[in-house]
Amino acid sequence: MAVLVDQQTKLIVQGITGSHGSFHAKQMIEYGTQVVGGVTPGKGGQIFEGKVPIFNSMKEAVQKTGANTSVIYVPAKFAKDAILEAADGGIKLIICITEGIPILDMIRVKKILSSRPVRLIGPNCPGIITPGASKVGIMPGYIHKPGRVGVVSRSGTLTYEAVWQMTSRGIGQSTVIGIGGDPIAGTNFIDCLELFEKDSGTDAIILIGEIGGNAEEKAAEFIKKQVSKPVVAFIAGMTAPSGKRMGHAGAIISGGSGTADEKIKALKQAGVVVCDSPAYIGKTLVEVLKRRTSGTASFH
Amino acid sequence: MNIHEYQAKEIFAKFGISVPTGKVFDQKSLSLDQIKSIANGPLVVKAQVHAGGRGKAGGIKLVSTPEQAFEAAKSLLGKMLITYQTAGTAKPIDYVLIEATSKIKKEIYLAITIDREQALPCVICSEAGGVDIETVARETPEKIIKFHFDPDARLDSALFKPVAQKLAASSKELARAESTLSDLISKLAQIFIQLDASLVEVNPLGLMEDGSIQPVDAKINFDDNGLFKHAEILALHDARQEDPRETEAKKFDLSYVGLNGNIGCMVNGAGLAMATMDIIKLSGGEPANFLDVGGGATKEKVTAAFKIILKDPQVKAILVNIFGGIMRCDIIAEGILAALSELDLKVPLVVRLEGTNVKEGKALLARSKLKVISADSFEDAAQKVVKVIH
Repeated sequence: MAVLVDQQTKLIVQGITGSHGSFHAKQMIEYGTQVVGGVTPGKGGQIFEGKVPIFNSMKEAVQKTGANTSVIYVPAKFAKDAILEAADGGIKLIICITEGIPILDMIRVKKILSSRPVRLIGPNCPGIITPGASKVGIMPGYIHKPGRVGVVSRSGTLTYEAVWQMTSRGIGQSTVIGIGGDPIAGTNFIDCLELFEKDSGTDAIILIGEIGGNAEEKAAEFIKKQVSKPVVAFIAGMTAPSGKRMGHAGAIISGGSGTADEKIKALKQAGVVVCDSPAYIGKTLVEVLKRRTSGTASFH
Repeated sequence: MNIHEYQAKEIFAKFGISVPTGKVFDQKSLSLDQIKSIANGPLVVKAQVHAGGRGKAGGIKLVSTPEQAFEAAKSLLGKMLITYQTAGTAKPIDYVLIEATSKIKKEIYLAITIDREQALPCVICSEAGGVDIETVARETPEKIIKFHFDPDARLDSALFKPVAQKLAASSKELARAESTLSDLISKLAQIFIQLDASLVEVNPLGLMEDGSIQPVDAKINFDDNGLFKHAEILALHDARQEDPRETEAKKFDLSYVGLNGNIGCMVNGAGLAMATMDIIKLSGGEPANFLDVGGGATKEKVTAAFKIILKDPQVKAILVNIFGGIMRCDIIAEGILAALSELDLKVPLVVRLEGTNVKEGKALLARSKLKVISADSFEDAAQKVVKVIH
């Protein structure tokens, strides 16, 4: 068991002929992901790597391949339209890797998607991987290992770091979800915590946050009430200098300033084990899992 | 991207918002006659720097005659200003804005920004404006009025009537200002949406003795990701208000923040870059910078990044921490080698590579004659770089 992506995932790569799109499409195919097609307007009819058909539009791609998931590598200027085209084409899970999308574009995308049965992950994210089954995104496949710990993170490379620490200690992952670091994201921590809590293939959860916004505080509230599985967290930016900001509106709207201290406090109060150092994410998880099997600690 | 107050007020005026009568001067253009043409009565001289907290730092001077304004402007121009919001660095005062001023009866807070949680733009206002607005928000949150709106709605005064009504009703002195406020808010919203701003803030918005309502201060920040749509806004960029290293980094689309330590860092991804700063500090060192080379870096970008770090005289050692995903380790290695073929490496270099094409990247570095200290893990890298300094 896993969440969001698995062997049933049939993937379309939007922007498959671009430099990132083509590189990562190859990597995904090598990993074993079912890449059933690609979309680049004007290049329909061509074949990618001798086996993947390229289409001019998402609608055509979905009709001809029966795809249920898409991953987006198009430049920021075109990302909004690419997301909406995927939704219009009937895709149920859209994963947007592209970074640098204007925030107002994302607000408009979110508004339109909110009334549709479609889930957006990202933008500005590394994607999702269910180790051994399906890799959708840009993460290096070999650092992962099939297992029973779910990972959800706002960061990209810091997620790889955490996963690598786990895999090096023999702990595998059920699914790893990068929700992205942009202020407006399609899917948030709470959505993913809910999925992992319900997933019978997940025993524990790693949450990786960073300073800014109040997504971690909201996640902490949710964990306190709704999550029974152990959660280990790390918040990046504990030592980031304050200042260099203008205006007060950000702080007023979030009711706080989104510092690491505030987030760590909220998570600890929710029973989450928070690592002090980013080097101890794997180690801490091992201890938590040990305590759990020996039944000497309660988490909530 | 940030702009100056005088530039923000010029944008306000273009959108039909009435702003105080004033003129902007630099050292060359400063003239008493010109000041006299603004007003013969009380004036305010305001240092134009990209930071809040100017008043407390001595960057804003209230005077009663044009002659005093001239002297005040002369004393400010060419100086550096440090405020509590400049993170310890000083900003040059290249321009002053001199405005006619009158007595403010009441200070109001008015801003528009994005509410991440609701994923909507939001008007925030309060009858209790001024420098302590964050304290007001913390201690008396009921005094803060919020109003979310659809960016694609017709942004006319009718849309903002409910929030203007609420603000007007929150204080006796504002009772008759409702239509002025809804008109003002609608124009600020148009600025926010049409120009892809991330913040439009008027603090204070002054209710003047004569009953008029004026933006006493004005701030606009723009969404960097939206700037490609607005060449006219990009032209307002004042590079002198930034750390020159940050300006250089921007040319190559790198995210750089200068800090005060001595360990130069080059990392891919903002989260890992922050975590690298955290672990350097936890290991007893001090980072000299935050530098995220981003997802899709080219060899040229990595070379530029490495050069920026090497040019910093504070740097006594360098830590490269790369976990390749979209970024390939061999590209990082090529970039480092290209930079070092042009520049001398006089400080120890610790490199930790992991992820996509790690073998190729490590092999490239190993084949070169560089004295690279190779690290096997995140912790190992931090410990090694701190050790070579001490």
